[in-house]
Amino acid sequence: MPDPVIAAFSCILAHAPGFVRYGSKPSREIADRPALVLSAIEGHLRGFEEVVAYPPNQVFIGNLKPDDLHGIGQPWYDHPVFPAPRRGPYGEIYPEELLLGMIKLADDFGLVEIEKDSAPVLQGLLESHPFWRGADPGRIGQGVDPGRVDGLIEHSGSLPLFHGGRRVGCVNRHHDRDDNLKAHVLMENLLAKASGALALKNLLRSADIGGDGLDLLLNCSEEAVGDRYNRGGGGLAKAIGEMCGCVASTGCDVKAFCTGPLYALLFASGLVKAGLYERVAVVGGGSLAKLGMKFQGHVARGMPILEDVLGGIAFLVTGDDGQSPVVRLDAVGKHDIGSGSSQQNILESLVLKPLDRVGLKVTDIDKYAVELQNPEVTVSGGSGNVPLANYRMIGALAVLRKEIARQEIDRFVREHGMPGFAPTQGHIPAAVPFLGHAMDGIRRGELNNAMFIARGSLFLGRMTQLSDGLSFLLERNPGRRK
Amino acid sequence: MFKGKKAIIFGDRDGVPGPAIAACMKAAGAEIVLTATECFV
Repeated sequence: MPDPVIAAFSCILAHAPGFVRYGSKPSREIADRPALVLSAIEGHLRGFEEVVAYPPNQVFIGNLKPDDLHGIGQPWYDHPVFPAPRRGPYGEIYPEELLLGMIKLADDFGLVEIEKDSAPVLQGLLESHPFWRGADPGRIGQGVDPGRVDGLIEHSGSLPLFHGGRRVGCVNRHHDRDDNLKAHVLMENLLAKASGALALKNLLRSADIGGDGLDLLLNCSEEAVGDRYNRGGGGLAKAIGEMCGCVASTGCDVKAFCTGPLYALLFASGLVKAGLYERVAVVGGGSLAKLGMKFQGHVARGMPILEDVLGGIAFLVTGDDGQSPVVRLDAVGKHDIGSGSSQQNILESLVLKPLDRVGLKVTDIDKYAVELQNPEVTVSGGSGNVPLANYRMIGALAVLRKEIARQEIDRFVREHGMPGFAPTQGHIPAAVPFLGHAMDGIRRGELNNAMFIARGSLFLGRMTQLSDGLSFLLERNPGRRK
Repeated sequence: MFKGKKAIIFGDRDGVPGPAIAACMKAAGAEIVLTATECFV
């Protein structure tokens, strides 16, 4: 049986400035110095139009290619794209009002309360959006009195929701003695569900299939959905599928830190090739915890806070259609437990071993997609240019193999790499944002192949000092060569 | 070189991991009191 293909791809962003205060880093700093930090954050938030026109965001939704960023002056936030459509070939950038409506739509347990002044606006936005016209906008209802929200926040552990500097509602806890069902955790989970649903809806539209056209959903979001007895138990795949009308699909969550999307893709590909499922969608929603992660560096440099968006990704794995790019299952790279954690060991496992297996050289791969964090976000936060560092290491491997000379590393990086363009949303920037660009490049004949490499920080959970990683090779469909 | 010194080690996922630094420090005579690797993205 031929290897499976990636038949469709989706990438979305949801502007979430009112949620930046609830990111992990901002919320800890606000707890220490509430007035000072909160006013600094609010003074550095971007408007929706700025977010849409931000060049890396236009790359993310596919209106620009990653290499187009080489031709745009930095800082990119001072060089907005004009015109800047909020829709691109891979997805859309959504305003915060729609995200707020979406978390209410995602709420099956009375967790979200919207104040009555804001409810009609959110309801109107959902009703006017083609994805949710058929949903039940009545869930938002008439809204509640502000006095009720005051009481919930003061006495019942609810957290206020903000938009445009104004309170518009709150998220409630669902148990007074369960840390896994407190308001902050439920907010995180609802945002992952809502942004995942936006990505999956875009995917279904891109693939031109209804929700009932899928038979398995794999969720690779990072959130630990569950209660006090089963933290991280899961269930987000089916929750997202339910929102998107995937009535003929089952599903489960795949957890592997930032390697999650690639593990999910590998499992999807194996299950399709084995004939257990025909159409498998992988979906990942955004991460509240990472909003504003580097805000201190951004504020200190007078920059806008760039980590103000949630990301969402989805892709569709099917049997060979004779057209779409193929996932070569004989060229999967894995990081074995015994491989060691040095950068060289990891990249040898993920790049050289799979290439050796199929008789390819490092320079035979047209494009490498590594961790694609936007360097404008990370360099100002003191974390360096992650994709560039990875590309230089892959180039160094090519030097060690005598495929290129040492002085050719910069050229190798330029030709086989790309600037980072993805928001620092954990699993979201893990190579897969390049999928749409790679699929289009292969279809247009500009690329023959691309290798996707993701790495996971298992040590963050304090159960092992190990790292993790996975890679796969996407290649032109042999059917298209004929 | 580090004989009699205690070392607290923070590695970087995208740089040098903690255990690798710890192995070097230990070989140089340091007493390792904490090793951690962090991910900064």
